Amino acid sequence: MYDKIFPPKQVVLPSGKVVLEKRSRTPLILLLMVIAIVWSVNMTGFDIKLLFRRIDQFFVIIGDMIPPKWSYFSSLWRALVATLQMSLVGSMIGALLSVPFAVMASANIIRNQVVVTVFKVILSLLRTLPTLVTALIATFVFGLGPTAGVVAILLFTISYVGKLLYEQIENVDMGPFEAMESIGMTRIQAFRYAVLPQVLPGFLSTSLFCFEGNVRYAAILGYVGAGGIGLLINENLGWRDYSNLGMIILALVVTVYLIEWVSEHFRKKLI
Amino acid sequence: MSTIEKQLLASPRNRSYVLIVTAIVLLLFLWSLSVVSFKDVNQSGLKIAQNIMNGIIHPDLDLLLNVSKQSVLYLLVQTLAIAFLGTVVGAILSVPFAFLAASNIVPKPVSWLTRLLLIVIRTIPALVYGLMFIRVSGPGPFAGVLTVGLTSIGMLSKLYVDAIEELDTKVLESMTSIGCTTFEKIRFGIVPQLMSIFMSVTIYRFDMNMREASILGLVGAGGIGAPLIFAMNGYKWNQVGSLLIGLVVLILIIELISNKIRAKLIKG
Repeated sequence: MYDKIFPPKQVVLPSGKVVLEKRSRTPLILLLMVIAIVWSVNMTGFDIKLLFRRIDQFFVIIGDMIPPKWSYFSSLWRALVATLQMSLVGSMIGALLSVPFAVMASANIIRNQVVVTVFKVILSLLRTLPTLVTALIATFVFGLGPTAGVVAILLFTISYVGKLLYEQIENVDMGPFEAMESIGMTRIQAFRYAVLPQVLPGFLSTSLFCFEGNVRYAAILGYVGAGGIGLLINENLGWRDYSNLGMIILALVVTVYLIEWVSEHFRKKLI
Repeated sequence: MSTIEKQLLASPRNRSYVLIVTAIVLLLFLWSLSVVSFKDVNQSGLKIAQNIMNGIIHPDLDLLLNVSKQSVLYLLVQTLAIAFLGTVVGAILSVPFAFLAASNIVPKPVSWLTRLLLIVIRTIPALVYGLMFIRVSGPGPFAGVLTVGLTSIGMLSKLYVDAIEELDTKVLESMTSIGCTTFEKIRFGIVPQLMSIFMSVTIYRFDMNMREASILGLVGAGGIGAPLIFAMNGYKWNQVGSLLIGLVVLILIIELISNKIRAKLIKG
């Protein structure tokens, strides 16, 4: 289509051969981008002048956070530990539950096309739901508190680890699996000895990575009443107590950094 | 003893290490289980779950299909605009950060400090930024754009840095040797190497920002989040149903398109 409107340029090589050079699509893409940007600016009321005039307000808040109120740590660490516990339980149960989902969604293990499609659709539907929305629904069902947060994290972990795991299972070398089936092992035995060893390191590494992300998600789940440190963030923002907020953020940054460091160490070992 | 058995015995034994790590993880898990309790789950919880399912199956079609300012379509378009503009802002801001954090371009201390800053930016929850920006711009989609832009920086810069650190410097050397100017070296030596990865990463982030933008409404930063939360807190499950259906469909479509474009970008 594009090539018909802007015909390719003809270049005659020194040898006399004629080569067609396709016109670059960059101008078209740039034009589309500009239109989309202008339209979005209108839609959202983006105002760069307002931003420059009032941006100091943003730094006023940051200025209020420094120095953080150190004494606040004594009332904060319980919530921080609860956040970590929530994400650990949610990630571990979620990662374990994602295994059957992933196996059912792998086209090379399950022969039935309908089952595979159904499980793939379930996994992508779960993945599109924002975590806060699942958490809010969970608070209605399981009551306010960390249980709802655990459920939200668990569902997200199933969808995320499940998707990456079925992609890995579909990409394994099926040679050993067929060989084991041909010498008379059942499909489950063949899966255990041929597929599992190939995907296990990848699965553990994805789960660890997901756990890292979940600690960060768990920090905001308290906002809808699903337990953890989000509740304190919400309170202190409401009271405009920014030095307390600074302490919470500092504690979070240190914790997340430590967890990333540990998890990176183990992930490097796995791969 | 055959060679196969010898090889089998020669494989490294780290069973005790694995056992210790597993034991520690299991202990942590058991200790963490204390946060879970099901004593608040009662008949009303199950009833609500039933109502939710009912609402999702029977969505408010009027809300889903009309085109006024409160309709699902308008809200979805607004969310899309927030995510798009936020991604553009974030992508532009990330480029200088990425170059400042790349250890093969700037001295070690500078790159280390920039990385630390990026970790801090990444860890602060988006909702906190949302509330901070509302003080700057007032409630509305503009605050959402700024929030999405700032939260994108953390991940985008990190992935940009990976691309920059893997730059093939041989190309640049050969360009120097044939007498290219600095501008030519950047235009024909660096930009082509980075462009496709940067674009692929940015499109991926746009995908994620759709989800982020859809919850920012919770703090008043525009988009579909606020009506969704209000409908939930008011137990209007059929409205929740129509909003969720719209959101899920839009996110799935965007994911599909973005996967297509990224596959094309990577394959060339």
